[in-house]
Amino acid sequence: MTDLANAENTGVPVMLTTRKDWSSDQEVRWCPGCGDYSVLSAVQMLMPDLGVRRESTVFLSGIGCAARFPYYMNTYGMHSIHGRAPAIATGLATTRPDLDVWVVTGDGDSLSIGGNHLIHALRRNVNLTILLFNNQIYGLTKGQYSPTSEMAKVTKSTPFGSLEQPFNPLSLALGAEAGFVARTHDMDRKHMMETFRRAHDHNGASFVEIYQNCNVFNDGAFEGITGKDHRADMLIRLVHGEPIRFGAEGEHGVVNHRDGSVEVVEVADVGESALLVHDEHRENPGLAFQLSRLSRGPHEPTPIGVLRDVERPEYGAQMAAQIEDATARRGPGDLRALLRSGSSWTVE
Amino acid sequence: MPDTTADPKPHHLLHRVVIRFAGDSGDGMQLTGDRFTTTSALLGNDLATFPDFPAEIRAPAGTLAGVSAFQVHISDHDISTPGDSPNVLVAMNPAALKANLSILPKGATIIVNVDAFDERSLAKADYETNPLEDGSLSAYTVYEVPMTSITTEVSKGAGVKPRDAERSKNFFALGLISWLYTRPIEDTIDWIEERYAGKPLVMEANLRAFKAGYHFGETAELFESSYEVKPAVQKHGEYVNITGNTAVAWGLIAASVRSGLPLFLGTYPITPASDILHELSKHKQFDVRTFQAEDEISGIGAALGAAFGGSLGVTTTSGPGLDLKSETMGLAISLELPLLIIDVQRGGPSTGLPTKTEQADLLHAMYGRHGESPLPIVAAKTPSHCFEATLEAVRLAVKYRTPVILLSDGYLANGTEPWRLPDMDDLPSIEPDFATEPNHTDAEGNEVFWPYVRDEQTLARPWAPPGVAGLEHRIGGLEKADGSGNVSYDGGNHETMTRLRAAKIAGIALDIPPTDLDAEDGAEVLVIGWGSTYGAIAAGVERIRARGHKVDQAHLVHLNPFPADLGEVLGRYRRVLVPEVNTGQLSRLLRAEYLVDAISFTQVEGIPFRAAAMEAAILCQIESAAGSTTGPGGNGSAPSTGKATDR
Repeated sequence: MTDLANAENTGVPVMLTTRKDWSSDQEVRWCPGCGDYSVLSAVQMLMPDLGVRRESTVFLSGIGCAARFPYYMNTYGMHSIHGRAPAIATGLATTRPDLDVWVVTGDGDSLSIGGNHLIHALRRNVNLTILLFNNQIYGLTKGQYSPTSEMAKVTKSTPFGSLEQPFNPLSLALGAEAGFVARTHDMDRKHMMETFRRAHDHNGASFVEIYQNCNVFNDGAFEGITGKDHRADMLIRLVHGEPIRFGAEGEHGVVNHRDGSVEVVEVADVGESALLVHDEHRENPGLAFQLSRLSRGPHEPTPIGVLRDVERPEYGAQMAAQIEDATARRGPGDLRALLRSGSSWTVE
Repeated sequence: MPDTTADPKPHHLLHRVVIRFAGDSGDGMQLTGDRFTTTSALLGNDLATFPDFPAEIRAPAGTLAGVSAFQVHISDHDISTPGDSPNVLVAMNPAALKANLSILPKGATIIVNVDAFDERSLAKADYETNPLEDGSLSAYTVYEVPMTSITTEVSKGAGVKPRDAERSKNFFALGLISWLYTRPIEDTIDWIEERYAGKPLVMEANLRAFKAGYHFGETAELFESSYEVKPAVQKHGEYVNITGNTAVAWGLIAASVRSGLPLFLGTYPITPASDILHELSKHKQFDVRTFQAEDEISGIGAALGAAFGGSLGVTTTSGPGLDLKSETMGLAISLELPLLIIDVQRGGPSTGLPTKTEQADLLHAMYGRHGESPLPIVAAKTPSHCFEATLEAVRLAVKYRTPVILLSDGYLANGTEPWRLPDMDDLPSIEPDFATEPNHTDAEGNEVFWPYVRDEQTLARPWAPPGVAGLEHRIGGLEKADGSGNVSYDGGNHETMTRLRAAKIAGIALDIPPTDLDAEDGAEVLVIGWGSTYGAIAAGVERIRARGHKVDQAHLVHLNPFPADLGEVLGRYRRVLVPEVNTGQLSRLLRAEYLVDAISFTQVEGIPFRAAAMEAAILCQIESAAGSTTGPGGNGSAPSTGKATDR
C-alpha cells in the first residue's frame, strides 16, 4: 500500500479549495426545505478550512435520507446498506490511517438497525467522525416513528401512539465509552461548522448528534428550541471552562447538585459562583451523562456543543502498533519460513 | 529410554491401519491422536485424520454425550480417507466403547482402560452389565489394560497429586499404541518437554505415563506382537501435516504476499471456522490485521470497508454466519469490489450440528441473496487443498473485482493430511492493478474517472482505493449507470447492468482449468463430486477399478461458473452419479444447467462418506448402465435421490 498510504505525508502542499471543489456534480434530491441541505452546506463550507485533501477524505453512509450525503461530496464515498456504515468504516479506517473517514447516519440507521455497530465503533474508538442526523422520524420510508421519537407519537405505523421510550443519543454514546460527544442543530450553520471541526480534529471516534428538521413527516420537531425566538432561552451553549449559563441576558444557568444531578436555575437565585463550570475533558463521563439528560426532549432547555472531549488510544493505531511490534521482534513475514513453522520432514 | 531394536516380540508388517482414540471430552483424545499423527507423518506414512468431537465443551464426564474421538488412518501407500472403520479402538471408558462399537468391524482390536469399567461408569454409559464380562465383545480381540492405575502408580514420587496424575493416562495410551505400531518415541518426548516446560510436575507425570505405556506393551504378557507400517513412497519434497483451517490461513497470507495487498480479516467466532482467526492473529509480522467484530455482519462489513481501501478483505464463517452476511455480499456484488467469504460448512439448518461436517451450503452460496446476484464459488477438496483453493479464490476476487465464496467444511477444517510444500515460484501471481488515472473524457472534454468503465476482456471495473487525486468517486448499493456509476433508476440500464454483472461471472469459465477428470477408456459411469467428498470418491473409484470395472471420476473445484467443458464431459456417460453430504445440491445444479440425468447419492450423518458405501453406490450404477440400452445422458432406472444403495 506504499503508493496509497500516507498520502498526507508526501510533502505536497494541500491546495487551497473552495466549497465548489467539495461539491459533486450530482443534483441534490432531498425534499425542498429539508434540514439536510443546511448540514450539507455546513460540511461543504467547512472542508476548505480543515486543511485536508479531497482524495484523502471519505464519506460513508448507510440507508435513509441523510445517507445520500456521500453522493453530493466530491470526495471518495460509499452509500452502503442499512445500519452498517460504522462497521464498513471500521475496516476502512483501521487499514487506512491516512484517510479522514466520515460516517453520515440517521436515527433509524444507527440507533435502530445499526445500533450494535454504532456502540462498538465508539467503544473501540475507531478514528471516525460520525454525524447522526436526528429527525426523530423515518423519512425515507415515509413517516414511521423512530427510536428517538417521543412517547405516544402518532405516525403511520402508530395510529394510536407509540409505546416506546426513546433513546437519548448522547447518553447512549457516552454509555458506549465515546471519547467525543457533541450536539448541534441544522438552524445554526456556524455552530454546526465549529462542532464538526472539533469532531474532525478529535483523534478517535467522535459522535455528533444533529437536530435536523424533516419538514415533510415531522415538521417543527425542534422548533420549540431551535426557532429564532426560542433559542436564547432554550439552547444551552456549552463552552469549555466557562460557567454554564444561557438566556438573552445570561439569566439562566445550570448547577450541579451534591447528588450528582444537574438542574436549570435562575442565576439571580443562586449567584454566578454556584454555576457549574463546563469541563469537556473530565475523565469521568458522569457529569457529561447528567448534562445529556438535562432536557427530556426538544421542548426544554437543551445543551448544545461539546459535552465530552477526552483522548483515548485509537483502535487503528493500536492495531498498527501491534504489527510494528511483531515485525520488530520477528522480522518481516517470511512465507517460506511460515510454511515450515510446524514439524516438517523431507522426502529425498 | 527403551531400545526399540531389541524388541523380543515378533514384528509384523502392515500396509495400513486405522486407529481410533476415544474417551471423555476431558481425556485429551484429540491431543493424543494429534501426537500419534505427527509421529506417523514424520515417519513418512501417508495419512488422513478425522477428529470427531461433541459440541459441548465438557458434557458430564463419562456420558455418551461427552465422548470425543480421533481417528487416524496411516498407510505405506497413497490413501485419501481417514478409513471406513477402525482396526483398533482405544476406549478410555465404557461410554467411549459404547459410542464407537457400532463402527467397529468384527475381528477388530479393542484396547480398553479397564480401570474405568466400574459400576458407576458403566451406569453412566447405560450399560446394564459389564461388556468386558458378559461376552458381548466375543467377536473382537479385547485387551484390558489398567491405564489409570499404572499411570497413577508411576507418577508416585514425582510430586503430583494422585488426582492430577490420573489425567496423564492419555499419554499412557499414546505410549502403548506407539509401541504397538513401532513409532519412534523421541519426538513425543521432546514435544512433552517443550509443551509442558512451564509446568514441570505435569511434564514429569506425562513423560512417566508415556514411557510406562510404551514399556507396558513391550513387557506385559498381553500383546503377542507389534506391528509396523512402513513409510509411503512419496514424491520428493518437504512435507508438513496440515489441517484445512491452517491451510486456509496460510493460503490467505500467501495471497497477501503474492498480491502485495495487506490482509484484513473481519470475523466473528464460530465453530468450525474460528481456528482460521486464531492462526492469522498469530502472524502480524505479515502486515495481517485481524478484527474480531461485534457480529457476523460487522465482520464482513469491515472486510468490505478494508477492500474499498485497497486491502485484501476477508471474512470467515459457518452456516449461521453466512445467513447474516448475505446482505453485505449483495452490496459487494453491486460495488464490484474484491472480497473473500470463507464458509466452513457444518450441519444445519439453524445451529444444527456445530462440530459435525456437511456440505449443504452450496445452494445458499449460489442463490442465497436477493436480486440477481451471481458470484464465483470455489470449493476445497482436501485439507491441504484449502491452501491452493484459497489462492484461487483470491485470484478470482481481485481479477474480477467480485466477492467470492470459498467453501470448506468441518471435516476439511479439522482433518489433516501430509502436504508437500509448494515452490514459492509456482504460486499464482495476483495483480491488484489499481486504477491510477482518469479513464473517460466527459462531454466538456475533461478527463474524468468513471468507476464502472469495464475491462473489455474480463468485464471487471477499475479498483480505485481512496488516496489518488483525480479519481474521487462515489459508489453504493443503488443501481448504477453503466460506465459513470451514477445512481440510475432507468429500467433499460438496470437490464444492462444485471446482464453485465452476470456475464462477468460467467466469463470466468474461460479463465479456469477444464474439468478435472480421472478417466479411463470405455467407462460408462462418471462419479462427479465437489468439496470434501473427494477422498471418499477416490477411494470408492479405486475399489471399483480393483474389481476390474471401469469408472471415471470428476471433481469440481469451481462451482460457479462450472468449467467450460463440463456439459460436454457429462454428455459422454451413460450414468452420472453425484455423491454429496447434503440432500442433492450439485445434482440439482447439474440437472438445471445441462439437462443431464444426474443421479444423486447422499447422506447427512455429520460424517464423511465411507469408501465402502461409495463403492456400492458406484457398482450399482455400473450394473444399471450395463443393463440399460439408453445412450449417453439417457434416462437411468436407478432411484434419483436418497440412499440409492445399501450402505
